[in-house]
Amino acid sequence: MAHAKDHDYHILNPSIWPLLGAVAGFVMLFGAVAWMADGVPIFGLFSITGPWLFLIGFVAVLYTMFGWWREVVIESHVGDHTGVVRIGLRYGFILFIMSEVMFFVAWFWTFFKPALYPMNEYAGSEYVPPEFYAVDAFHLPLINTLILLLSGCAVTWAHHALVHGGPRKDIKNGLLIAVVLGLLFTGIQAYEYSYLLYKGWAFGEDAFFSAFFMATGFHGAHVIIGTIFLFVCYLRAARGDFTAEKHVGFEAAAWYWHFVDVVWLFLFFAVYVWGVSVFAG
Amino acid sequence: MADAAIHGHDHHDERSFFTRWFMSTNHKDIGILYLIFSALAGFISVAFTVYMRLELMEPGVQYMCLEGARMFASGDVCTPNGHLWNVLITGHGILMMFFVVIPALFGGFGNYFMPLQIGAPDMAFPRMNNLSFWLYVAGTTLAVCSVIMPGGNGLPGSGVGWVLYPPLSVREAGMSMDFAIFAVHLSGASSILGAINMITTFLNMRAPGMTLFKVPLFSWSIFVTAWLILLSLPVLAGAITMLLMDRNFGFAFFDPAGGGDPVLYQHILWFFGHPEVYIVILPGFGIISHVIATFSKKPVFGYLPMVWALIAIGALGFVVWAHHMYTVGMTLNQQAYFMLATMVIAVPTGVKIFSWIATMWGGSVEFKTPMLWAFGFLFLFTVGGVTGIVLSQAAVDRYYHDTYYVVAHFHYVMSLGAVFAIFAGIYFYFPKITGRMYPEWAGKLHFWAFFIGANLTFFPQHFLGRQGMPRRYIDYPEAFAYWNAWSSWGAFLSFASFLFFFGVIAYSLRKGPRVTANNPWNEYADTLEWTLPSPPPEHTFEILPKQEDWDKSHRYPDTIEEWAGTDHPRDAQFESKT
Repeated sequence: MAHAKDHDYHILNPSIWPLLGAVAGFVMLFGAVAWMADGVPIFGLFSITGPWLFLIGFVAVLYTMFGWWREVVIESHVGDHTGVVRIGLRYGFILFIMSEVMFFVAWFWTFFKPALYPMNEYAGSEYVPPEFYAVDAFHLPLINTLILLLSGCAVTWAHHALVHGGPRKDIKNGLLIAVVLGLLFTGIQAYEYSYLLYKGWAFGEDAFFSAFFMATGFHGAHVIIGTIFLFVCYLRAARGDFTAEKHVGFEAAAWYWHFVDVVWLFLFFAVYVWGVSVFAG
Repeated sequence: MADAAIHGHDHHDERSFFTRWFMSTNHKDIGILYLIFSALAGFISVAFTVYMRLELMEPGVQYMCLEGARMFASGDVCTPNGHLWNVLITGHGILMMFFVVIPALFGGFGNYFMPLQIGAPDMAFPRMNNLSFWLYVAGTTLAVCSVIMPGGNGLPGSGVGWVLYPPLSVREAGMSMDFAIFAVHLSGASSILGAINMITTFLNMRAPGMTLFKVPLFSWSIFVTAWLILLSLPVLAGAITMLLMDRNFGFAFFDPAGGGDPVLYQHILWFFGHPEVYIVILPGFGIISHVIATFSKKPVFGYLPMVWALIAIGALGFVVWAHHMYTVGMTLNQQAYFMLATMVIAVPTGVKIFSWIATMWGGSVEFKTPMLWAFGFLFLFTVGGVTGIVLSQAAVDRYYHDTYYVVAHFHYVMSLGAVFAIFAGIYFYFPKITGRMYPEWAGKLHFWAFFIGANLTFFPQHFLGRQGMPRRYIDYPEAFAYWNAWSSWGAFLSFASFLFFFGVIAYSLRKGPRVTANNPWNEYADTLEWTLPSPPPEHTFEILPKQEDWDKSHRYPDTIEEWAGTDHPRDAQFESKT
């Protein structure tokens, strides 16, 4: 941009990432249909079967994310992220989290409906709720709650170290502890799933199991995403990317992590503490 | 400004075709892409309906035969192909809702003009803006796949209606339905990213001195729409993900045999679906406000109530969803609540309608093409709004539910409301976007043909609904033949006017006289986009606009003292009365 400008907004150069990302998304979902439907016919010539097209699309989506956000980090280094741009990035991320909250509203809705108005209480219904193993909310789920909360504390420790000019070692340690606790949560949740399935819980088949696995499953996916986000922040902190004034990426990761935390608290109290006692009697 | 224009043209030459249109980070180019693609999707969607109206022209099935779809009726045997009919009806709804009106109004006009009106050099996230566009294209492609891929009844496509109600949508065989679900996922992601972008741009990038309540009404309408998208579309994403799980992985969200509830789907869908209808119409409200003010040569009446009415409609839109499902067996209390809440929306909507009328009152009204469309909008949207009040009554809805009365109602607000707003916007902004003018007579001919055609199509459907003709059927008894024939002729006339419109655009782009003035209308088109050359240069507002560029006091003065200093047409009368 050779000519004059008097604003601090970020005017970007043309970029291939959006087109690539959309094509990757298309390939991934087309492949997902092919995988689920055991083959998509292509003009009667041949048929796409198996997960390979989905996997290609998935890798392409991941690559787009990596390449795109790498470029964002580079732009931040060359000083494109002025004060007003950083405010915009924060707005954008908060709005993204708000949309995520509304996504979880759908899952809580589909959980609360059969919990409050079970189908077997409807006149003429022949539905018989299944009897199933009542998981103890104050066993592994409580431990997972504590793990996530502790992980949130670790992030806050790192954040304080960052804004108050603490040693970089504290920032790194805080983030590393948060990442390790995040991994621990995922591990315990995976163990819990396998145990519940072993105890006779079905993956689907009943309204409660459907809501349980999708709600906690999407939360689990968000934990994994958040863990990766925090780990990227750890690498960037180790490289010295963040300063006390400029650390939008860190803030976004921390907000995201707290959002995941809060969703879990709702899941813990609504689904594990209250819901299981309602459904499993 | 002339300097900027010259500079801009230099830049156009530097970019290759691929760089400019496939890698764009420019809100104006992306806006144009949105407009072009939504026009294409609109053409497909309209072609579907013309074929459906052809079939409905006479009782019996003459065109959609299992022996092969026909363009002309013949004496050969014809076994009705109800599946094809259902696929077309589903495709028409999904395309119009997700792939035509939102991309045209929110994506197209929103992208092009919202940053210009607030004096921003571009969107807050220009690269993500392009991701929104390409995800929309990817979604459209998946939707087209859905129509041609194997579906229910051993035939291509899904015939489940655009609302995708289970159990029909769960039991529909084939992979077509899964393509449709993913198409909606992608277009939803596209809209959510777009909404994040619009809200951030609106909040963070307004010109110096432009406080929230000085922002032009169109930008306000985009801002409110963006909130509706941001908060309602993720809920839909959840609902269709549940459908996907029920269909493919044996989940039981909506299966009563597993304790699930199909009515739950309706609730979640309409929690999105009702805000969706305001997502469709609100940007249209914004455009209409500017067009009416410009061609009445008066500032819009009651700017502040207009803004608050937009906000109120947006907020109320979230608490009325179950009026789409009065007949599913809700309690009387629930029905009473949703009926009351729905009727309350008539209040802010009335504020808008009366403010538009008050804007014209005493103005020097000039019926240029955009004003004709705005005037048509006002009349037709009011008709649709009034039948909406009729339908909002739970008791009356018992009789009208799923009849052609409902079809007539929502086409009056959408086909005739939102689409008239789109055309008003196109004719209003055509000289700004392209730097050329269309022949005035052609715009007017298009308007009258479409106005008559659309009314002829949909007004008789009120009668059909009152006679008891149900929606969504390929055939009907003899008793409904008379008004169906009229309705079909109306559809053909509308389609002819639509083809004529493409001709007008093609001609004007090549041969239309060049527009040299920044503002081809008058000084009441006083928002910032009219201070720029036509077409605007590649980069606009690199030097941010000054307050005197846009703060024209073309508004109603707050005090009597202020009145004295203005030249509003109503001044003399106002002062003589006070």
